[in-house]
Amino acid sequence: MAKSIDVSDLNIYYGDFLAVEGVNMTIRAKAVTAFIGPSGCGKSTFLRSLNRMHEVIPGARVEGKIVVDGQSLYDPAIDPVAVRRQIGMVFQRPNPFPTMSIYDNVLAGNRLNAKRLKKSDADAIVEKSLRGANLWNEVKDRLGKPGMGLSGGQQQRLCIARAIAVEPQVLLMDEPCSALDPISTSAIEDLIYELKSEYTIVIVTHNMQQAARVSDETGFFNLKAAGQPGHLVEFNPTKKMFSNPDEPSTEAYISGRFG
Amino acid sequence: MSTTETPTAPFVVPFTAPRLPSWAPTAAGALAVLFGLLLWMLGIGLVGSAVLAALSFTVGLPAWSRVVEGSRAAVDRLVTALVWASFAIAMIPLVWLLYTVVDRGGSTINVEFLTYEMRNVIGDEQGGIYHALMGTLLVTIAATIISVPIGLFTAIYVVEYGKKNRLSKLVTFLVDVMTGIPSIVAGLFALALFVLLVDPAYRSGFAGSVALSLLMIPTVVRSTEEMLRLVPEDLREASYALGVPKWRTITKVVLPTAFGGIVTGVVLAISRVIGETAPLLIVAGVVDSTNTNLFSERMQTLPVFIFNQYGLATDKGRAYAWGGALVLIALVMALNLIARIIGRIFAPSKG
Amino acid sequence: MATTSTEPERPQATTSRRAPKHGRGDRIFLGLSQAAAITILVTLVGVFVFLFVEGYDGLSLPADSYSEGGGATTFLGYVGPLIFGTTLAAIVALVIAVPLAVGIALFISHFAPKRLAVPIAYVMDLLAAVPSVVYGLWGGSALAVALKPVITWMGDHLNFLPFFSEENVAVNGRTMITAGLVLAIMILPIIAAICREVFSRTPRLHEEAALALGATRWEMIRYAVFPYARSGLVSAIMLGLGRALGETLAVAMVLPSSFIVTLNLIGESSPRTIAANIASNYKESTPSTQSLLIATGLVLFAFTFAVNFLARWVADSNDRKLNR
Repeated sequence: MAKSIDVSDLNIYYGDFLAVEGVNMTIRAKAVTAFIGPSGCGKSTFLRSLNRMHEVIPGARVEGKIVVDGQSLYDPAIDPVAVRRQIGMVFQRPNPFPTMSIYDNVLAGNRLNAKRLKKSDADAIVEKSLRGANLWNEVKDRLGKPGMGLSGGQQQRLCIARAIAVEPQVLLMDEPCSALDPISTSAIEDLIYELKSEYTIVIVTHNMQQAARVSDETGFFNLKAAGQPGHLVEFNPTKKMFSNPDEPSTEAYISGRFG
Repeated sequence: MSTTETPTAPFVVPFTAPRLPSWAPTAAGALAVLFGLLLWMLGIGLVGSAVLAALSFTVGLPAWSRVVEGSRAAVDRLVTALVWASFAIAMIPLVWLLYTVVDRGGSTINVEFLTYEMRNVIGDEQGGIYHALMGTLLVTIAATIISVPIGLFTAIYVVEYGKKNRLSKLVTFLVDVMTGIPSIVAGLFALALFVLLVDPAYRSGFAGSVALSLLMIPTVVRSTEEMLRLVPEDLREASYALGVPKWRTITKVVLPTAFGGIVTGVVLAISRVIGETAPLLIVAGVVDSTNTNLFSERMQTLPVFIFNQYGLATDKGRAYAWGGALVLIALVMALNLIARIIGRIFAPSKG
Repeated sequence: MATTSTEPERPQATTSRRAPKHGRGDRIFLGLSQAAAITILVTLVGVFVFLFVEGYDGLSLPADSYSEGGGATTFLGYVGPLIFGTTLAAIVALVIAVPLAVGIALFISHFAPKRLAVPIAYVMDLLAAVPSVVYGLWGGSALAVALKPVITWMGDHLNFLPFFSEENVAVNGRTMITAGLVLAIMILPIIAAICREVFSRTPRLHEEAALALGATRWEMIRYAVFPYARSGLVSAIMLGLGRALGETLAVAMVLPSSFIVTLNLIGESSPRTIAANIASNYKESTPSTQSLLIATGLVLFAFTFAVNFLARWVADSNDRKLNR
């Protein structure tokens, strides 16, 4: 079910300002791809263009092609709502819907599509998603409690459960652990490792070691110079990236000489 | 490892779900306009055709969308149409009202209207609103003189001295509640106050000022409070560090910085009360000649003039009412404009 | 190392400077400010007190003083229909204004292109600036005339509802529905302003959570904006209610009214509001009728005070809840 993503000659604009330039890559299905790079170099912007969340900002637009399953995502005939349904996203700060219970939070995406969900189907989806997010055992006795009552790490896993409940093809994660403590971070990294057998996962991270731990392939983004747009410097299997990168700037970033 | 059960058929929304072409809303709009024109030619009145045309768009486009795109998109389009419609509907009364006032009041306005009183004016003789204008001026100025010091110092207390103590919180809360006092109650209060303190038959412009200040003070307090809060704390601390006492800091540093905003707030408060009728009706009353003594005898004000003339139910009365209304609206709009200009002149420059 | 206690106090660069507080100028200034704040409290209490003192006699007049109120013989009998009229007019206004205000607020916060947001805010300001006497003028003449065909239509086709009776349909268009419409336009700005503020403050994070799940804009509003805005909406409605309850002129100039109690919104004679009653009768009032009117004013004040108090309290407690 999980699909690969082909990106060709992608330019991302905020109004007239070119933020990210000329990205070309293929993101493998059922694998974890990580984006690393210094702040402000366009990693998150690029990630958001993959599920058309970028255009939510007024004036933001994209040139180039992103193709999933033979479909160009930015074709005028394509509804962004359909794209976001297939490509899920987990954000930097956990954001369960505050007025909903854990149970309702998980089902939020499903309820948008299917007006009537039989109770048995709904229960099955909730359990499957919470198990998939490694949260089931912790919350199975309090599904009716508010989602906001959980700890940070649990809330983030709840958001992951909510994202996978609609069975997307791709799961995007924008620095999912940066607001969490090390133990929760480790729990989520384990979770990512488990999820990749079913989903294509793309993760943006500030933490190089996390990228090295978790991903199969890595892309390094950087700015050409101050005030210039960000671009993809190198894209390689993680092992190669962290031991024997092709580009000197990649090597400099990884060994901590800047960033 | 996660369980590997075959997934139940997912609700896959394929990327290539059919969509309405991007020219669809324009086309639907054009069709609705044509429909409206057709209805109008068939004899249905202008308003009726317009309403029906708008309805046809609001129903038609979502229905089309339902067939092509599915119910979720249709509901979304319906809501979008309704929200835009509410914008349009909100404009209508304003435009209509302003047009009516100008249309019906314009012909009454002339130099005489603005400079004559109503004393001894009978039949078709030319009268005017001079006495009402004077009255409004005096009453409003007096109300401002009462409200501004009280409002200013209360705001100073809440922001500079009170800082979260119980009195400040109570005052802030009650000032908010005070903004909801019905204007007629303010008038009754002034009436009751002066009846008890002076004389049961006491009517004066000053009593009207007291009533108006009850209505002005909350606005002055709230806007001054906001302006004072906007002054950065660093500014005050720099002053204290120089050994300047607190009260001088307030008068020499804080107030000048917030000056523009405070004046804007006061002008807005004036524009709000200058149109108040009910309290002045009760305590300042109706007279035909100019009275320049605030403290004795009834004093005519413009809003009450309008109300009174309208109540005469004569053609001339109505004409004068509309004329007065036009002058009143012009005054209020002018004050609003002045407030905006002052706000912009004195806005702290963004460095 | 801690400074020893024998060292004279000097302003430290790291601590915030405390204002020197003990000069005479400061005491006077502080006194003035406190006096002003207390004056406000005293005035609020004073309103109650003075209205009560002057209105007290109105509560227990000889029975025939109340008779103007549709044959009533007690104060309650007199003020009852007035309370009914006040509430009916306010509710009609709310029913019309709230959906419209929510729509406008949503428009400004989530639908309008930036260029339109400023003009529409300006339009709202203008609507709020028009004095009530001008609304009364317009409502009683231009609007009433324009509504005539609509009112006739309602009388003919909607008479299965208790709000529209086909008997005694007002031929001049000056009915409770007209007055309700004018009131609605008058309270629209305040409800829309509060709603707009609450809608705009919806955390971006929750909006994006909904959108990322594949929600349409309306669904995003249902999932993220409305739940967040619930108590703000309640507060806005109550403030609008308070404003509508107290409005005098617009209703007095539009409605020919009497002390009847009826739900019929399109009749020739309509229920009267407390404020309109005072405005129409103040002129030829004897001391006893004066105290009667003041007593009704006290009732109105108590009513609106309670509504406003509740509204602000709801808004404050919601602010506190969301700021955690």
